[in-house]
Amino acid sequence: MNAVTHKFSVAQAGATMSPQRVIAAYLEEIRSECLRYLRTPSFLLPTLLFPTVFYLMFGIFLGHANGPDAPRFFLAAYGTFGVMAPGLFGFGVSLAMERDNGLMTLKRALPMPPAAYLLGKMVMALMVAAVVIVLLLAMAVLLAHVPLSLGQIITIFFTCVFGVLPFCAMGLFVGSLIKGQGAPGAINLIYLPMAFLSGLWFPLSILPKFLQQLGPVWPSYHLNQLALDAVGLGQGEALTHVTVLAIYTVFFTVIAARRLRRYG
Amino acid sequence: MSNLQIPVARLVGTIKTYGALRALDGVDLMLQRGELLALLGPNGAGKSTAISLLLGLIRADKGTVELFGQDPQNIDARRRIGVMLQSASLPPVLRVGELLRLTASYYPSPRSVQESAEMAGIADLLKRPYAKLSGGQQRRVQFAMALCGRPELLFLDEPTVGMDIEARQKLWAAIRQLIAEGCAVVLTTHYLEEAEALADRVCVMAQGRVISEGSVDDLRARVALKRVRCMTHIDPQQLAAWPEVVEARREGAKVWMSTANAEALVRRLLDADTSLSELEVQRAGLAEAFTELTRDTETATTIDREAA
Repeated sequence: MNAVTHKFSVAQAGATMSPQRVIAAYLEEIRSECLRYLRTPSFLLPTLLFPTVFYLMFGIFLGHANGPDAPRFFLAAYGTFGVMAPGLFGFGVSLAMERDNGLMTLKRALPMPPAAYLLGKMVMALMVAAVVIVLLLAMAVLLAHVPLSLGQIITIFFTCVFGVLPFCAMGLFVGSLIKGQGAPGAINLIYLPMAFLSGLWFPLSILPKFLQQLGPVWPSYHLNQLALDAVGLGQGEALTHVTVLAIYTVFFTVIAARRLRRYG
Repeated sequence: MSNLQIPVARLVGTIKTYGALRALDGVDLMLQRGELLALLGPNGAGKSTAISLLLGLIRADKGTVELFGQDPQNIDARRRIGVMLQSASLPPVLRVGELLRLTASYYPSPRSVQESAEMAGIADLLKRPYAKLSGGQQRRVQFAMALCGRPELLFLDEPTVGMDIEARQKLWAAIRQLIAEGCAVVLTTHYLEEAEALADRVCVMAQGRVISEGSVDDLRARVALKRVRCMTHIDPQQLAAWPEVVEARREGAKVWMSTANAEALVRRLLDADTSLSELEVQRAGLAEAFTELTRDTETATTIDREAA
């Protein structure tokens, strides 16, 4: 009998995870998410090509027509535009798909550490955002010869990398509302108008007064202001913009997490 | 010592409703170490609801749901289970080895990727992307993911759908090996021969209730009946009146009877009709037992409805 009891207690002890194994589980989840996106050209190519090609065309080749500061202005704008996509699409589309195709259910049934799923996608989005902004910076410095100080380069890099977070939260929210194939369309309906209305493609001043006033509603407006600030074209008030973005991030994460916990 | 009595999985008086639909209507289930329980029943019987509760995916409205004496939503309880769901699309671009490595990372002391792959018979597929596999191979990969964490309880939801006979029998052998090592299994299946081949206990569900629970033999015995078929000139209506006969009808040129006492019936038949030929006696299979059980509840509910 003793032997049996002993065996059972061993099995029970086996059920508790050492902190190292929990960390390893997080790292494995992150690794898998990154591998998945690296091997999915339908996600990676548009995410990398749209901002870089747009920047090349409108920011660099045609930019000089808009004055000497155009490549600098569009570096901030396309940086913002470029990091919205990995957040919105990386989170929203995959979440909507995985809630639909059973993967989410399997992950919830498995003993995956609960935050690993979101952390994996978040790290993937941060890394893609880093690649986007590095590409844009390289074009700005090497092709357009925008004079940028090291401090400005570092500031816009971190602004854009962490600027992906409010869009991850929005993607999470949309992905928790919509299931399956409808998600890419729905996210484009948010992504493109929001980019336009935040003055990423044209300066806000050429838009009707009403739409100009609507600008500060969008998170991309605030990220753009921070990015402009980083390259020396800002109007200050960085703290306000950071606060607004933080509020957006927390707000969307909380309601999305609540929905996911309730409805799966 | 009291630990020994804690069942691996337990449902007590569990009720779950979706709107007006009672998916589970007071279900009791218990599973001990090293036991395989097959859950059978038509679609909508409540099997998947019962499994979703035990996996902590949904919460019961009433009653107890426990894994190893704990709430299934407690991750420590789920670290002792392995899961193979019916419809989960795994990331198509990940390789088999990567999927196993990821799943194993969730568990405290998992098997090696190689060992899990060998047990599921997919050691030669480790480098292949998941999307490039056949349906049967994908099911075996999912099985390897279910067993890689050295689980004490395995949930297998229709594990052999899409497999050929050889692959199915290999999977059965692997399941038997796991059971021999003390792993308990909850199996849902549409293939009755699968339940017959593996199950210690069979639990038949219909309309949110457990309508029969016991060993495969118990279940057969509960329906008890044997089939007797023969060519005879005796009229089926007359046969139906015999006390040995439960039911009789003409089936083509033959007469078909079901009986609880085949020996007595055959003796009387042979006496009554000396020209009787083509006599066959058959034990009811699990399939017949199952059909009969579920048909009974359907009839019962129809009557209930008519009465109401």
